Amino acid sequence: MAKLGPSGYSPYPVAVTEGVLTPPPGKALMFNEIVDEETAMREAAKAMLTRENPTIFPGPQVLYAWNEEAKKKAKLIKEMAEVLGAKIIPMYDYRPKYPKIDPEKEINPNHPNLTIWHNKIKACIFIGVHCHYANVALKIIRAETDCFTIAMCSLAGHEDAMITLRDQHAEDLEKFIRIAKEVKKELGK
Amino acid sequence: MSVKIFKINEELKEYMPQEIVDLEEKATWGNPKRGVMDLPYAKELVEEHSLCAGCPESAAFRYILASLPNPEDTIIVNSTGCTSLVFPHIALHTVHPLFGNQNAVASGIKRVLEWRFPDKVKDVVVIAGDGATIDIGLDCTLQSFFRQEKITTICFDNEVYANTGGQDSGATPKGMEFKMAPGGKQWDKVPMWQLAIDSGCHYVARLTVSSPKKVEQVVKKAIYVAREVGPTYIHLYTPCILEIGLNADQGLWEMRQRDKERFKFFEYMSDEAKEVIKKKKEEGLL
Ligand SMILES: Cc1ncc(C[n+]2csc(CCOP(=O)(O)OP(=O)(O)O)c2C)c(N)n1
Ligand code: SF4
Ligand SMILES: [Mg+2]
Repeated sequence: MAKLGPSGYSPYPVAVTEGVLTPPPGKALMFNEIVDEETAMREAAKAMLTRENPTIFPGPQVLYAWNEEAKKKAKLIKEMAEVLGAKIIPMYDYRPKYPKIDPEKEINPNHPNLTIWHNKIKACIFIGVHCHYANVALKIIRAETDCFTIAMCSLAGHEDAMITLRDQHAEDLEKFIRIAKEVKKELGK
Repeated sequence: MSVKIFKINEELKEYMPQEIVDLEEKATWGNPKRGVMDLPYAKELVEEHSLCAGCPESAAFRYILASLPNPEDTIIVNSTGCTSLVFPHIALHTVHPLFGNQNAVASGIKRVLEWRFPDKVKDVVVIAGDGATIDIGLDCTLQSFFRQEKITTICFDNEVYANTGGQDSGATPKGMEFKMAPGGKQWDKVPMWQLAIDSGCHYVARLTVSSPKKVEQVVKKAIYVAREVGPTYIHLYTPCILEIGLNADQGLWEMRQRDKERFKFFEYMSDEAKEVIKKKKEEGLL
């Protein structure tokens, strides 16, 4: 993604019309550049460690114990939050909610900006959110807020996030936690 | 779907809102004996709804969802109308097809599920308004009965196109006036329950939702018969209190009046359906 929001709304998928596509396997996307996964992980950790109110948004694929991978990832996400000093706010399902959501406790893909605004979140990680809802939510966040979005996707990634890590499985989360610890030390935190 | 979908990872449970924890801990899953008697104690599968206050469709929803014998493996196919605004709030898989196409879409889903999960029981239930079932969608409704699709169709008959502001439908009784049908309906109400029998449904019931226990019984019978024999149809009177000019607390009263006349309880079973129902009674499931 070319730059941080707020970018306003576009009738077209924003990043794609700017020529930004998801990274090829083995690589990551950082803004509009294809980079090594490790470089992107370092920058992602740095954003989470230096920007205000960093938050992890786990989605249904990691919140529910529907397979062994999900159980492993849940443990690692908790550890990741501790290392990054991040809050956890779940996106537990995708149902629109009436009359309104509680932005302190939840994030909903239909209006994710409410949670970002309310908690003044300046960096976040999406993980375990099904791709079509991650796409929608990331576009809305970029349109409406200046939040630095990071997508840790188990499939092909999301061009609308500022940093996209693709094919992220339990061992990749372990790698990210290791790198985050190093960055944290370097930052003297 | 599987019940595992509702099992929260221990590490992340503390971040989940109570209503979602309740879905895992207090909703009735994996128990075909669940029913309307659980309503005061168990977590309901519908959290909030967007219907008018006191709309009998909301009561119908609660009773039906409490009575599904196999909610974790039930797919609900709905249609546009007042009810369609409720489906996003229910904790089950729902599919929203084009208005009137619901029985065609449900047929496809049922067939694919039978092919994809041959060893699992998956119920497909259509819930749609009278406009969708008996009027614009009548073709798809009847064709699914002719084809003997193993699905259950539940019609919420409020005798009007409510969501679009009150046009008459096939289910509107003769002479009835609505805001956008000021001259009064010119033709008789379509006796959909009779069409369902003539078109090959194996279990058919017509009733109001004034009695929760009765709704539970017909829903369970219809689903069990659909699983083993063929199409089943439930015709529920859920009056549109807004369009007929009643207050929020008068829906039940209205249904009780109609219990005595045009929505008098009526039930039909084919011989095969009778066999299934007898068996389920012996198993203590009815
Ligand atoms: C293909 C199509 N045609 C028409 C409509 C407009 N429409 C929306 S709701 C509705 C009325 C639904 O009436 P009914 O099925 O009786 O449900 P109710 O609102 O009364 O519960 C109609 C015609 C639509 N959404 N889609
Ligand atoms: S318009 Fe009628 S059917 Fe629709 S929600 Fe209101 S009372 Fe119910
Ligand atoms: Mg209607």
